[in-house]
Amino acid sequence: MDDLILKVKNLSVSFNGDKIIDDLSFDLKNKENLIIVGPNGAGKSVLLKALLGIIPFSGEIKWREGLKVSYFPQNFFPAKEIPLSVREFFKFKKAPQNKIEESLKAVGLDDLSVLSKKIGLLSAGQFQRMMIAWSLVDEPHILLFDEPTSGIDIGGEETIYNLLSQIEKKINLTMILITHDLNIVYKFADSVLCLNKKAVCYGVPQEALNSESLRKLYGGEMKLYQHKHD
Amino acid sequence: MGGAAGYLGTLMVTKRMALVGDALGHVALPGIALALIYNFSVEAGAFASLFVGIVLIWMFKGKTEIYMETLTGVVFAVSLALAFLIIPSEDIETALIGDITRINLTEAVVSILLVIAVFFTIKKIFSEMILSTLSEDLASSLKINVRKYDLVYLLAIGIIVALGIKIVGSLLVGALVVIPAAASRNFSRNLFQYSYGGMFIGAVSCILGVIIFKIAGFGAGPFAVLSSAAIFLISIFFRQN
Repeated sequence: MDDLILKVKNLSVSFNGDKIIDDLSFDLKNKENLIIVGPNGAGKSVLLKALLGIIPFSGEIKWREGLKVSYFPQNFFPAKEIPLSVREFFKFKKAPQNKIEESLKAVGLDDLSVLSKKIGLLSAGQFQRMMIAWSLVDEPHILLFDEPTSGIDIGGEETIYNLLSQIEKKINLTMILITHDLNIVYKFADSVLCLNKKAVCYGVPQEALNSESLRKLYGGEMKLYQHKHD
Repeated sequence: MGGAAGYLGTLMVTKRMALVGDALGHVALPGIALALIYNFSVEAGAFASLFVGIVLIWMFKGKTEIYMETLTGVVFAVSLALAFLIIPSEDIETALIGDITRINLTEAVVSILLVIAVFFTIKKIFSEMILSTLSEDLASSLKINVRKYDLVYLLAIGIIVALGIKIVGSLLVGALVVIPAAASRNFSRNLFQYSYGGMFIGAVSCILGVIIFKIAGFGAGPFAVLSSAAIFLISIFFRQN
């Protein structure tokens, strides 16, 4: 299986004796978009952190050698008063100037005066675009996005997902995204993982996501409206 | 000294640890008390007790989810209680207010070398510390060892506080780190201006303090603090967005 870039087998994560993730297994292929859905507290963010290797886990997480991973944590909004310019924020990644400009243009931030702006003074849309540019600037193979604010208008009626799908057409990119927005799953995902401690469903969205699996995932009544796109 | 304190202060203010300098000033007191009783270097005593306090704070941080500032509060209260038990009453004023005239040449040289070492250490970890303040997870994902950086950072604060106590005393040492940073924040648009602005304002305030001391004979420490406060007041009118 040359195409496989991540193999997760019997992954479990516990905090203080509480099992957050229990015996989870899935694979990720090159260029695949995997979306993780599930209720609050289901272990979605914890899963990303385990994949990044920044929290302890048991089981097996096997990345293909030499891959570069970029990560966008949940609720990441730097406080307004921190005097940090966009240029300085990119310096954390030690990217050269031409790369920074290139990736800002790729996300539609053509006006480079944005570089000397304070990060806290960007509009919500600009900030989301900037974060995508920041995530891509060191040319990662994989993006791990923990709930980029779904549905937010980032200008020109674009959402973060449209932008991401445009970008991934141009470069070789594999993504794991967490979202609450089930519509995104149909539009965007090659595969979906419904997580609630364990994998409730896993597979191609049209097959894996059905009333039964969603009932198991969220419990109680949860109606499914499968929108047709294209 | 003032410059390094101001520079370090910009990091502390960003990490919402503005009052930690003050608290640590008091953590130094038991060591200062022992130094005064047994007649050894006040800085050494201060740093020894700061070192113990800081390692405790750092270890508690690893074991619990409690904020570093809260943990500092706990260690601070214990230190103060211990200090009151052992400090000789006639020496309390020196410990609390500091006395720059007590510094001899060797101490001055050692202090300067330590200050330079602290400055370059902070400079080296500065951007990683800022990133881990924005998001510890993000920093970890870039393979930054947040725990290690936290310890280096705390020890740097310990050294600056130990040295600062000699000049302004444990009551005012927090001001050396906080006020220049607060003033610099008003003047600055980015991290570069902010951090070096803090350093500049810190240095200028301490120099002004010493000049006023030379001319008028008043305490250098309080005047260093008042000078930086004056600069802070001015900075309010030059606020940058």
